[in-house]
Parts: sequence; C-alpha cells; structure tokens
Amino acid sequence: MREVAIVGTGVTKFGELWDKSFRSIGIEAGIKAIEDAGMSGSEVDGIFIGNMSSRFINQQHIDALIADYSGMATRNVPAVRTEAGGASGGVAFRQGVMAVASGMHEAVLVGGAEKMTDLDDASTASVMDSTADAEWEASMGLTLTSLYAMITRRLIYEGTATREEIASFAVNAHKHGALNPNAQYKSPITLDTVLRSGPVAEPLNVFDCAPYSDGAAAVVMVPLDVAKKMGVDYVKVVAACQASDTLALFQREDITTFKATTAAAKEAYRIAGIEPKDISVAEVHDDYTVGGIMALQDLGFFKKGDAGKAVLEGQVEIGGKIAVNTSGGLKARGYPVGASGVAQVVEIADQLRNKADKRQVANAKYGLAQSVGGTGSAVTVSILEAI
Amino acid sequence: MATVAKEWREIPARYNLEGSECGNCNRKYFPKRSMCPFCRRNGFGKMHPYQVSRKGKVFTFSVIHEAPDCNRSLKPYAVAMVRTDDGLLISGQLVDVDLSKIEIGMRVRSVLRKLDEDGASGVIHYGFKFVPDL
Repeated sequence: MREVAIVGTGVTKFGELWDKSFRSIGIEAGIKAIEDAGMSGSEVDGIFIGNMSSRFINQQHIDALIADYSGMATRNVPAVRTEAGGASGGVAFRQGVMAVASGMHEAVLVGGAEKMTDLDDASTASVMDSTADAEWEASMGLTLTSLYAMITRRLIYEGTATREEIASFAVNAHKHGALNPNAQYKSPITLDTVLRSGPVAEPLNVFDCAPYSDGAAAVVMVPLDVAKKMGVDYVKVVAACQASDTLALFQREDITTFKATTAAAKEAYRIAGIEPKDISVAEVHDDYTVGGIMALQDLGFFKKGDAGKAVLEGQVEIGGKIAVNTSGGLKARGYPVGASGVAQVVEIADQLRNKADKRQVANAKYGLAQSVGGTGSAVTVSILEAI
Repeated sequence: MATVAKEWREIPARYNLEGSECGNCNRKYFPKRSMCPFCRRNGFGKMHPYQVSRKGKVFTFSVIHEAPDCNRSLKPYAVAMVRTDDGLLISGQLVDVDLSKIEIGMRVRSVLRKLDEDGASGVIHYGFKFVPDL
C-alpha cells in the first residue's frame, strides 16, 4: 500500500446557516481544500462524502449532487456517499485514505456535509434517534440523548466520574470554541452554566449536548511521494481505522466503555507504532459530554476513573497534558453530523501544519481524531503525523 | 405511514417478550435473531423461540424532557434499561411510577401498553413497558 498525505483542508463556518443551502456549503468547503492544496481541481479523480441523513433535506443521491455542483461531474469523476450515523464523516475519510493507499485513485477529495436546520428541532431529533436501534430503542420511546443519559447515570453510579467532572467537558469545549472563528458558539461558559441548564434527558442537560448545525468540511489527499513534490504544507496519514459494535446499547456487556473505540484505537496505535502518550492533540466525539469523557478513557489517554478529574483540572486544555477538542469539539464548534468526522481531521491537520492560529498547540508530532456513530456502534480512529 | 405487516410481524416480541435461544451454545437474545453472533454458521437454523423473564431490576434509567413528536404528550417520562431475572438487558419505558423515586436496583415487571399511533387513522402501536413490581 502507498503512504497517504493530506495536502489541503477546508471548513465552513458551523451554525444555523439559514441563508445557505446544502449544496452551497458542501462546495464551499471543497473549494477551500483544493485552493489550500494549490491545485486546480482537475487533478481530483475521486470524491467521498460523509453525509448522515437524506431526511434532513429530503434528498437521496447526495453523491451525484456533490459531483454535479462541484463541477466534477463534467469530467465524470466518481462520487461515493458514506453513512454511519455520527461517524459518517470519519468513515468517508477512511474510504478516501484506502482509495489513495490502494492505488485506485491519485487525488481524492473527502468531504463531509450536513444541513440540519431546514427541519424543526423535534424532527431533527427523531432522525438522530434513528442512529440508535430504530425498532427496539427509538420506537419504544427512547431517544439518543436518553441512551447517553443512561450511560451517564451508570458512570456516576459506578464511581467512574462525578456529574461535575462530566459537565466540565463542555466547559473545555467552549473555552476552545471561543478561539475558533468558524465555531457555532464562541462564548466561554462555567460549570454552573451546564449544571443549571434545562434537562433534556436526566441527568443530561442542554449544555451537555452538541447542537444541531449546518456545515461542511473537506480534505484533499494524494500519495505521500506526490505531496513531497507539491511545495505545500502537508501531513502524513499514519492510520485510519474503524470498528463495529452492536446497534442497540442494551445488547452490550458493559455500557460505560465503547469497545469499538478501544478496538479501532488499538489497531491505529499498532499501525502507527506509537502509544497514547505520544498524541499531543486530539479531536474526540463529544456529541454528549459523557461521550467525551468515555473517549479519553477508551483511547488510553487516561485510566478509567481519571478522565473526568483530568478535564475538571484543565489537563485537556491547550497547554495541558493533551490538548483535546481545540476546535471547540462537537459541543462548541457545532455538530453538522456528516461534516463532523472530516472537520476533526481538518483541525488535526491544521494543528500539525501550524495553521491553527490562536488555538495552536506547540510542537505537536502526532494528532488523533475519533468519530462515533450512534452509541458506539461504529467508530473511526485516525492518526496523523506532522512532517 | 407504516403498513400493518411490520406491526403484525413483531407481535410475539413486542407484546410477549419473545426472544431467541441458540440451540448450539444456549445463549439467549432479545430481540430474536435468526443467527447466533457467536456460533454464526454453526448455529444457523438452530435458533429457537425463548420467553424472556417478565421481571427484573432497573440497571440504569433516564427521565426524558425533550421528546419526539409522537411522545410529546407523555413528557416528562421515564425510560430504563432493565436486567431481567434471566440475565438479559432490555430497554423500555418505565410507567406508573413517581419519577422522583426511581432507583437503580428497583424491582420492575413488564406489562402491555399503548406505545403511540400513526395519526388519527393510522396503526396504533402496542408494546411492553415496565412498571414497579410491588
């Protein structure tokens, strides 16, 4: 297999982009990434796009739409849309890596896009609930938030983390989001903001939950040997792994750890030949605060029982032991679902190329991105290396 | 709007908690599966109906305040994961209970209740919910 490099990144502002359509935000991110790579676009011979649900915009065939409006269809470039709930973007990225690594494609554009605010909140929530088991969780009256809420209650009951420690993950997210011009929320919050916000599914409150957002992100990838001759800043993709678990949360032995995360991470560290302590900057899937806490443990950054305390103490801030969710994460940067996994890779690539402005982490060699679908039914873990 | 076929197909499980038992390794599942995930090919064709215990204990729970449209009239309402007395874990609503008195470990049993309906002229969905087992 060939080694793969990211040579360009692009991301739109995340938020309630009422004046923009799905197709316009998707194209905006792609053009930014191609410009960043110093390419014309005619080099691209494959498109992969992470997009979770056609129900948000009532449009199937998203791949054809993006190929058409990006101008790639004039050259008949193939496009593939991937869906894996919240991990849709992470899976698209991995497919793009495999396409270049295998030699099937020479230059791939991986995008992620979602337009969630064209539907009312309750309808959007129902779409999100169907990333859990639609027949045996959602249709029985359970919501995706309630599933994470039940994980939260169990974590607290077992003494793995306190309610305050779990809430502090959102405080860290907002602190970093305030430094990101593309973030949906740029205002710092306190622990009280989270703990006193209205309940969504007890014990989780509004500020424990990532918002519904519109947005898109994209990266351009080529073989590493080609990247070296392009004269642009690039990063090496050292691992792009994915793992599965049961669709329904209730079919697991243990609901306080996501085995798909531990499995994908184990494989990614093995391929990269590094350990968790070698990672300086990470983007983890905090669709709920508790998901962020679990990720820190499942990825091996902290031992079970230590992650919550570490977040509360500021150890995951920029300048701390490991900088986590420097973009603001899903919570503060925003959570346009399919865009999310690609946006994480954009943030890590920008950090490793010293392009993260006020959020820059000093001397980072390795960065990691983790994207989660449903309640950990599909997880991607990718590791990038600075050159 | 869904057809009645789906509703009819799921009656044994949704009304009566019927799951599956693997004839090869004796592992039990809810909902039913046509293949044991552990025995795979060796268990295929050997899955038998299994009656899941209707009693158990609350493993974890949540009180939902932001609900989808179909359950809007219920909120706030409780949901739980229940460890049945025969060791399975099952999710469902927890009703006929003081929302402030729910605890992990609380004894519950399953009952048949209305879940929701597809509008005024559509299918009415029934299924199991949990109530305190006093």
